[in-house]
Amino acid sequence: MDPILAQGFLEASVRVATPLLLAALGEMLAERGGIINLGIEGAMLAGALGAALGASSAGVWGGVGVALLAGVLLTLVFVIVSVRFQADQIITGTAITMAAVGLTGVVYRHAFGVGGAGLTLPTFKPLVVPVLNRIPVVGPALFGQSVLVYLSWAAVPLCWLLLFKTRWGLALRAAGEDPEAAAASGVRVIGIRAAAVLLGGALAGLAGGTLVLAQVGTFAEEMTAGRGFIAIAIVVLGRWHPVGVLGAALLFGAATALQFLFQAMGLGVPYQLFLVLPYLLALVALSGGMGQARIPTALGRPLVGGQS
Amino acid sequence: MNRLRQFGVGFLLPLALGLAALSLLLWGLDYDPSAGLRALWSGAFGSWYALTSATLVRATPLIILGLGFALAFRGGALNIGMEGQFLAGAIAATWVGVRVGAWHPLLAVPAVWAAGILAGALWVLVPVLLKLRLGVLEVITTLLLNFVAEAVVSYMVQGPLQEVSRVYPQSDPLALAAQLPLLGGTRLHLGFAVGLVLAGVGALIFARSVWGFKLKAVGAGPRAAWMSGRIPSARLLAGALLISGAIAGLGGAIEVGGVTHALFQNLSPGYGFTAIAVALLARGDPIGIVGTGLLFGALEAGASAMQRDAGIPSVAVSIVQATVIIVILLGDVAARRRRTLTVAPEVIEVE
Repeated sequence: MDPILAQGFLEASVRVATPLLLAALGEMLAERGGIINLGIEGAMLAGALGAALGASSAGVWGGVGVALLAGVLLTLVFVIVSVRFQADQIITGTAITMAAVGLTGVVYRHAFGVGGAGLTLPTFKPLVVPVLNRIPVVGPALFGQSVLVYLSWAAVPLCWLLLFKTRWGLALRAAGEDPEAAAASGVRVIGIRAAAVLLGGALAGLAGGTLVLAQVGTFAEEMTAGRGFIAIAIVVLGRWHPVGVLGAALLFGAATALQFLFQAMGLGVPYQLFLVLPYLLALVALSGGMGQARIPTALGRPLVGGQS
Repeated sequence: MNRLRQFGVGFLLPLALGLAALSLLLWGLDYDPSAGLRALWSGAFGSWYALTSATLVRATPLIILGLGFALAFRGGALNIGMEGQFLAGAIAATWVGVRVGAWHPLLAVPAVWAAGILAGALWVLVPVLLKLRLGVLEVITTLLLNFVAEAVVSYMVQGPLQEVSRVYPQSDPLALAAQLPLLGGTRLHLGFAVGLVLAGVGALIFARSVWGFKLKAVGAGPRAAWMSGRIPSARLLAGALLISGAIAGLGGAIEVGGVTHALFQNLSPGYGFTAIAVALLARGDPIGIVGTGLLFGALEAGASAMQRDAGIPSVAVSIVQATVIIVILLGDVAARRRRTLTVAPEVIEVE
């Protein structure tokens, strides 16, 4: 393959994978604690709008701050209804996403006007890592990205440490495998689940923010287009492990970036085929992973008969 | 007295809180909530035309899809992919509908419906097989296929099904023979009656048939259903999901045949999701779904008027829908707690 084309493909794969990686890491934390949160699609959307609002008045870092906040606030509703009061997680998550579509639509039009096609926001400039970016092909693709991309990479080992090297992580995994036993041994199941889901909400908000601040540079209604749901499939494909999630997110990034590649090569295939590729890949990923033993045993199940 | 209380707590309270949430949002953004709610009301019920041509027309897909959701939900399955099945039904219906110009309407209309039903069932077949064979959560697979369906619509209206003149990304209109008859002077079409009939059939199946009873047993607890009555929960659920998809596909066919008369992108303003609120608010009761479908149809119709007359984006009503769902969930939690507090601790359900 032409090296310039290959470099562009690799660069696009990594860039597109970043919001998926952030959202999937957050969902992984929640699911390790036994909570499946379909509201991350909504939290991403809220984060995207939050980033637009923040960036338009306080610059890119203001955008990051508001994106995090928006993700956490929306997820807080999920936590109260579904973790604290243990209502059905799937239906709650769907409702949260519905609410986010309405909220962001109304707030966006209120803040930026109806014909807001001309909205351009400040974005993160590429931060070139010296020396490393000299590596042919891979260098410029991996080390000429925005700072949010590097942050998402840093989140992978951080999540690993949190899950497998801290008492908190052990307690969280216990809550996801056998909540009754965990509660009996003194783990505050509901509290720890709530914390993990909220952390996931923050990451989903940041993921939405990344979409705006490091990719598109504008906001559009329903711009997340199911990326939150794809993130759930990434968690399955990544076997609920941070490193696996990183690999799966890059795979989905590559599947999405294929459309740029094929457009550049001028193949006469309908573009919709590439639009559906990530969703179809997600279906395949789910079929391969759901029956596996790695799935947290108590995923989606509330704590029975307990108030701890 | 008890029924009255249930109506108040289970129906009026969620609805009131939903409208309150909407008003709060509008007020917080410096819109005029009273103008918004007035526009909402007049757009839904303000005139005979508004009632028949806006509210009832919008209620039709919501009632049909709500019944589809309720059927699968009764067995404990969540069909969150009705949006995709609806679109699949619309695509197939259009494909047939533009080709039956020479047919008699009594043949053309059923052919269009059959195409929709088949496509809807096919669209849910993959999630059903994945659930049966590999235990994959149907929630995520049906959700993902919604986006695939949208892309297929996009491809169809720019490719095989695009109008002959090739100007706009939309299909040619359905043959007159395939278009549903309207109630004189309004836009209300035969599909509304189909929704009512389906609700009646659904009520009979749920209340009287062995299958309906078995489905409910599976929904209450698959293991108990097997232990006590050898009810094969997987097969029953697969059937319920397939019928649910077929109903959603019929909904798409009816929308194309009765309202839009053509296929184009953004055919559905999220009917498949609104229908979840419709079904939950009615507690899955088919006759109740007619009522809640009318209510949400009125909300959707009123939302368009709100955007037109008061400048408030119509997506705002999804706040009402989301609030209704959440209040119902919390109400159920409260009811469950009261029950567990009043019975002996030994009978607390353990999985």
